[in-house]
Amino acid sequence: MDTNKKLAVFIASAIVLAVLPFVVGNTLGNSWVRTIDFALLYVMLALGLNIVVGFAGLLDLGFIAFYAVGAYTFALLGSPHFDIHLPFYISIPLGAGLAAMFGLLLGTPVLKLKGDYLAIVTLGFGEIVRIFMNNLNAPVNITNGPQGINLIDPIQIGGVSLGKAIEVFGFSLNPVHMYYYVFLFLTVVVVIMVYRLQHSRIGRAWVAMREDSIAAAAMGLNIRNIKLLAFALGALSGGVAGGLFATFQGFISPESFGLLESIMILAMVVLGGMGHIPGVILGAVVLTIAPEVLRDVIGPLQMHTFGKMIVDPENARMLLFGAAMVIMMLVRPEGMWPSKRRAAEFKDAKKG
Amino acid sequence: MSEVLLKIEGINKRFGGLHALSNVSLHINKGEIYGLIGPNGAGKTTMFNVLTGLYTPDEGSFTFDGNDLFRAPPHVVVNTGIARTFQNIRLFHEMTALENVMVGRHIRSKANALGAVLRNKATRDEEAEIEAKAWELLRYVGIEDVAYERAKNLSYGHQRRLEIARALATEPKLLALDEPAAGMNPSETESLKALMEKIRDGGVTVLLIEHDVKLMMGLCDRIAVLDYGKKIAEGVPEVVRKDPKVIEAYLGVAHE
Repeated sequence: MDTNKKLAVFIASAIVLAVLPFVVGNTLGNSWVRTIDFALLYVMLALGLNIVVGFAGLLDLGFIAFYAVGAYTFALLGSPHFDIHLPFYISIPLGAGLAAMFGLLLGTPVLKLKGDYLAIVTLGFGEIVRIFMNNLNAPVNITNGPQGINLIDPIQIGGVSLGKAIEVFGFSLNPVHMYYYVFLFLTVVVVIMVYRLQHSRIGRAWVAMREDSIAAAAMGLNIRNIKLLAFALGALSGGVAGGLFATFQGFISPESFGLLESIMILAMVVLGGMGHIPGVILGAVVLTIAPEVLRDVIGPLQMHTFGKMIVDPENARMLLFGAAMVIMMLVRPEGMWPSKRRAAEFKDAKKG
Repeated sequence: MSEVLLKIEGINKRFGGLHALSNVSLHINKGEIYGLIGPNGAGKTTMFNVLTGLYTPDEGSFTFDGNDLFRAPPHVVVNTGIARTFQNIRLFHEMTALENVMVGRHIRSKANALGAVLRNKATRDEEAEIEAKAWELLRYVGIEDVAYERAKNLSYGHQRRLEIARALATEPKLLALDEPAAGMNPSETESLKALMEKIRDGGVTVLLIEHDVKLMMGLCDRIAVLDYGKKIAEGVPEVVRKDPKVIEAYLGVAHE
């Protein structure tokens, strides 16, 4: 693409992204704007996991733990629970940093593990973090256990709280709209971060390690440091998303950080196109929005065709969703939007 | 007397009950092509893996260019100036030839994660330098026309050359090549020989393991012969080839 075309695409997508919450809010309702906000959170999470799984080739089934660390950091530093109310620009970086440290904590014992074994240990790690959150209410109440933490502070920017609707030039700005822009901004930051990492000597080192770690070591790459860096940087963006989740929801509990969530994020990476940033973004958006669309479609569709509910929409949507993922992996294992390199790999594998 | 670059003394390496290397000592001088030969299973590749940090020796001493490398991990060995290729070529198959060589520049560049994310001037300059150097090395080994091909699609001879370019990218003082001529036809072998001489004349010492005794005799400045994990001869090719122990190791001894 030449520069002019690129600029045109850039401006067009900037305009679309800028007006999106209003168009969606006015046509489909604000609950859909909320879904879009969540999609942005999942984009950040999936891009973080993509560093570990897609770039460095380390299967991680406990990624949600870093989301939990970010979320709990924010919640504990900005809620009536301890009556601490730090501003978001302190607690979000703090949560991200703490998540990165947890990344190192997970990375260190698994340095020698690969594949299935690594997956099992990371899975255990994710569960340990969740169970800790669940049980750290006694003897000293830190996390408030299964009840979770309530009344988490909304983000305040220049005296304006994002938690309440405000009027600007006769427009009513709802929290979902305002959070959208905050999330969008940070998503763009994360995208730029991972893109630049991928196209640096560090990104090359990750790929080299994934392809052949012995040859990579023979080229002088310090495999230990490169792995730990992948875990830490992946966890970092998970931590950012976690903090945003906590303030956006206003309430968190250990339930939100289960194994199923880890698997969903992994599915976004794999279904989108492992290692390919646009693909991973697409995967996250589609997998966040598709279940919501199904929720709205299945019930009315049954009423319309059969005149009564045959299958509970809640069950049917997960069934359809699961079936769609199975079919997708059979028909297009390289993902919806793989990188050229990966697409070619799969083509070669089919031929061979 | 020329300067000693690599010096190992009394190296032992055992795998369970197998004594793969027993009391092997080698001196490699600066600026020579040093050959390591021996029949199959003599311990050549084991020696090679010890020298490049992939195996940790049980006993002995290992110094290189004034640094103690006994039991040093591979990345330290490479940093000190020993680069290697593999007998069964180990390229990064899905990366392009150019990217493979760029990975080789990793230890000679230093942008960290923050630099990569901020993409400041130092990082951009370094990245440009990495790419320029990679192109230069592809030209040096004569495969710049396949720079954008994925490594696995290259011909066998090109893959060998790419592996050498990638190893040279780490700016080694000693380039260790594990059977680089394996599977090559005579004309490819001939041009590989010319490349190795070019590398040596460029100031890089070369350590070579090879089966092809004829090639080794014509190319190496000095040769060591391993048999059953022991060094049985060392010296200039003309002397080594006449050594009765070497002849015995290769041809067996006549039973009257």
